[in-house]
Amino acid sequence: MNNAMRTMPAEAATVERYRGAVADSRFRRLWNANAPGYLFLLPWLLGFFGLTFGPALMSLYLSFTDFDMLRSPGWVGAANYVRIATADPKFASAMSVTLTYVMLAVPFKLAFALMVALALNRGIKGLPIYRAIFYLPSLLGASVAIAVLWRQLFAGDGLVNAALAQFGIQGPSWISHPNYSIYTLVALSVWQFGSPMIIFLAGLRQIPQDMYEAASLDGASKFRQFYKITLPLLTPVIFFNAVVQTIDAFKAFTPAFIISGGTGGPINSTLFYTLYLYQEAFGNFRMGYASALAWILVIIIAIFTAFSFLSSRYWVHYDD
Amino acid sequence: MTEMTAIVTAPQPPSDVNKRSLPGSILVHALLIGGSLLMLYPLLWMVSASVRPENEIFTSTSIFPSSIDFSSYLRGWVGLDVSFGRFFWNSLVISVLTVVGNVIACSLAAFAFARLRFAGRNFWFAIMLGTLMIPYHVTLIPQYVLFLNLGWVNTILPLVVPKFLASDAFFIFLMVQFFRGIPRELDEAAMMDGCSAWRIYWKIMLPLSLPVLATAAIFSFIWTWDDFFGPLIYLNDMNTYTIQLGLRTFVDSTSASDWGGLFAMSTLSLVPVFFFFLFFQRLLIEGIATTGMKR
Repeated sequence: MNNAMRTMPAEAATVERYRGAVADSRFRRLWNANAPGYLFLLPWLLGFFGLTFGPALMSLYLSFTDFDMLRSPGWVGAANYVRIATADPKFASAMSVTLTYVMLAVPFKLAFALMVALALNRGIKGLPIYRAIFYLPSLLGASVAIAVLWRQLFAGDGLVNAALAQFGIQGPSWISHPNYSIYTLVALSVWQFGSPMIIFLAGLRQIPQDMYEAASLDGASKFRQFYKITLPLLTPVIFFNAVVQTIDAFKAFTPAFIISGGTGGPINSTLFYTLYLYQEAFGNFRMGYASALAWILVIIIAIFTAFSFLSSRYWVHYDD
Repeated sequence: MTEMTAIVTAPQPPSDVNKRSLPGSILVHALLIGGSLLMLYPLLWMVSASVRPENEIFTSTSIFPSSIDFSSYLRGWVGLDVSFGRFFWNSLVISVLTVVGNVIACSLAAFAFARLRFAGRNFWFAIMLGTLMIPYHVTLIPQYVLFLNLGWVNTILPLVVPKFLASDAFFIFLMVQFFRGIPRELDEAAMMDGCSAWRIYWKIMLPLSLPVLATAAIFSFIWTWDDFFGPLIYLNDMNTYTIQLGLRTFVDSTSASDWGGLFAMSTLSLVPVFFFFLFFQRLLIEGIATTGMKR
């Protein structure tokens, strides 16, 4: 190579140098065009590879192992998934508790949110105050204080039963009765209908008022107007709220943890899926098994979301 | 979400088509006032329980205490081995650092996505949107192992450092939406004048984006303040506990003995959130309405 260089004719050397310069400037141009973007993106890229992508791959791998934090992970194939599917009664009950919660909490929450939004959307006086009051619980709701409060409200000698007693009704000990405990958590979730309500309000304001004017000129009743105008035009917002709230409900953790003291009791009646996952990972240190549980959760949420999007074709109306 | 943002930026004035008859509107107001009381009742009851004499806490459903007594606050404050002052301080440090991290790191990434041209931008943007849909459970265990190996457990680092790496992609998305609404002529002109990308970001984009930065900051603060799961996993030493962990310990250790203290500390733990709510209500509500933020 050295020899060849030395014997290279002068013109060839110039061409070579010229090529080098072109490559160099091309590189510089590429650099100049792209470096700022990637520099600005650097923190996010580090986070993405280090905290999201890398760990996700790792967790997929761990889900096929018996990793317990003490010994290095040993490959067990699909054993974790097989056990989840066939031999884990706690998984089954956690799944059924979570599905019950999602199926009850989300529709009720959305119904309340829509009802209050409709009531507030009539150019009512004091709208900002009402809106603030109805939104407040949503904002506070994620905290331990609210879960503690809820536990007290529905305790055997709690406020709810004291209120019922005034009507001569002897209420059960809601929190510690396996038949009722889940409903106290549903009630807590429904109480926090504020943020979907605000999104509904924003959606309602987008409905052109002249549609109602035309409809009432045609003699359509208020109910008919709601059914034929409001509801169809609101379906994109309903859909959006339903998807967001469903995903959120699948991930609920704090209230169940606090109200059951971390056990998911009584008799697993408040053993939310995330709570079971937490117990397996950080209580029993079955990290491999918990990783498999995490992936099952992802798959279930993905199926729900995909199903929502598929079904949306039949009931969500976009005016385009 | 994009759609909603587009829609909401052009609000219509409330129309008077729906004007009601007087009895109708009285009925609606009556229902709304009743509903409001029902919504607020548990909260008011908790506040009143915190200033009630201990023997009166469970005997009354009224929210008006017969006499006011702040001793529960004193008892609660020192009710554990570590005082609640420590928990408040820890929560404050973590929340403030989270706000700083989120605002800096997310706005950097958002600026790149919204304003800079570079090879692979659309690809990375799609990836970023994809991460919004991944529940944190998937990365939870490897992240825990990672932070454990780094010796970060029982420090605030696992709760704070990821925020400086823009791990709350939701805020990136929020800021991208906002940045795109700022007229392009501004930075194109600055680019012509030879402004660097950094100067455009720092001198033009950030000052014009105060509303979205404030929204992200406020929600960051509130969510971090309320966060229970992260501290539960990473903080095991009571000296490092946040207010949420402190409260939970208080429930466990005092069960049924000092309800007054528990409600006093619960009330105090909500004060910062309530404070933000009072002062930034408009921003919070607009944030929810335009982007559909959860909670």
